[in-house]
Amino acid sequence: MSLLILVVDDEPDVETLFRQQFRRDLRSGRFTMEFAQSAPVALQRITDAAGVSLILILSDINMPGMSGLDLLPKAKALRPDVPVIMITAYGDAETKRKALENGAEALLTKPIDFGTLRTEIDTRIERTA
Amino acid sequence: MGVLALTRTDVRPFTDKEIELVSTFADQAAIAIENVRLFDSVEARTRELAKSLDDLRTAQDRLVQTEKLASLGQLTAGIAHEIKNPLNFVNNFSAVSVELIDELRDALGGVHLDSKLRAEINEIADTLQGNLDKVVRHGKRADAIVKNMLLHSRQGSGEHRAVDINALVDESLNLAYHGARAEKQGFNVTLEKSFDPAAGEVDLFPQEITRVLLNLISNGFYAASKRKAETNESDYEPTLAAATKSLGDKVEIRIRDNGIGIPPEVREKLFNPFFTTKPAGEGTGLGLSISHDIIVKQHGGSIEVDTRPGEFTEFRIVLPRRAASANKSGGGA
Repeated sequence: MSLLILVVDDEPDVETLFRQQFRRDLRSGRFTMEFAQSAPVALQRITDAAGVSLILILSDINMPGMSGLDLLPKAKALRPDVPVIMITAYGDAETKRKALENGAEALLTKPIDFGTLRTEIDTRIERTA
Repeated sequence: MGVLALTRTDVRPFTDKEIELVSTFADQAAIAIENVRLFDSVEARTRELAKSLDDLRTAQDRLVQTEKLASLGQLTAGIAHEIKNPLNFVNNFSAVSVELIDELRDALGGVHLDSKLRAEINEIADTLQGNLDKVVRHGKRADAIVKNMLLHSRQGSGEHRAVDINALVDESLNLAYHGARAEKQGFNVTLEKSFDPAAGEVDLFPQEITRVLLNLISNGFYAASKRKAETNESDYEPTLAAATKSLGDKVEIRIRDNGIGIPPEVREKLFNPFFTTKPAGEGTGLGLSISHDIIVKQHGGSIEVDTRPGEFTEFRIVLPRRAASANKSGGGA
């Protein structure tokens, strides 16, 4: 069964960037990625993915409407088994505290360090293997 | 109580008229004395009122200034965060493009091409990669600037509290020194510390004063390094001296460098916002103007500069011991 990573960010270029950065993994079918441009779309996708092996959710925080921090507890309620990593430009202590308190596994800051992100993803894949 | 005594040489009683005259005079004198006393007390009261009005105005000025600094901090933080989003794309798209060009080269490796065309393609690929490396490098530079801005604008200016002035100056020296060493390879400067054990504690906003000291110290490093780079004197040793001194109800901090000094025409504009002599990208021109506001308007102290071009620059800060007490809270309030 293929592994799925869900990326939530309101900026459409995020999809292009992630598809290019992880092009080899995607080509080789190591995992697949899906993109949601808002928190409600992401929640819908998580509900639909009940049978799929969703291994990781990466979410932006600052989004119009429902923010990433609002999405976090809702996503955890739907899938307590799936780790959520927040990705944000706001790397201050307060944001970090809120994210971790609400069940996020980690908080990465923008500009994204894809080296670190790749390590995080590899850890999840090894865990499921 | 006063006594009015009248005497005369030959012995005979004062007439009623005379007594009446003298007692009227005594009454008048008493009224006059009372008037002087009243006048004095009114004058003292006026002086007192004028002083408390002055104090109030100063306190109000400082509060306004603290608010201004706080909103400037919030604005900077907001802008810095907004810049991080596009910067994320700039840095990461350029980094991935460098890899993609390698892949393009690999893909073309298996294709039969005449040598002239291959050379041309390789040259273009090299140039493209060189350009992308530059984009990556400058993107990282922009990211470092943004990080710095955020560091400077940490939400508000915190709380004021009694702070050991020698420890604060020492900590700022270390911070600035290690920062400069991390930033510039081969950076070195001799540090001289002369701390007055009686300097003691000052009630101040530690974050803000640290910001001022970091500014002055890194300016000093810059001036000394510049002189080292420009000079022919083989025995020139870049030096930065920090000194503290207790002045009773005030404390003095001196930051002195033996760098290039400040020419008179620059000295006049030293504390103006956005005035800088540093090359583009190296200074915002806000350091000294913000430092001035923090010392003078927020803490009610003074900052002066003494300099001789080609020899030295010395900043002298004087802070009242209860520097921050006019402000009940920091910028965030």
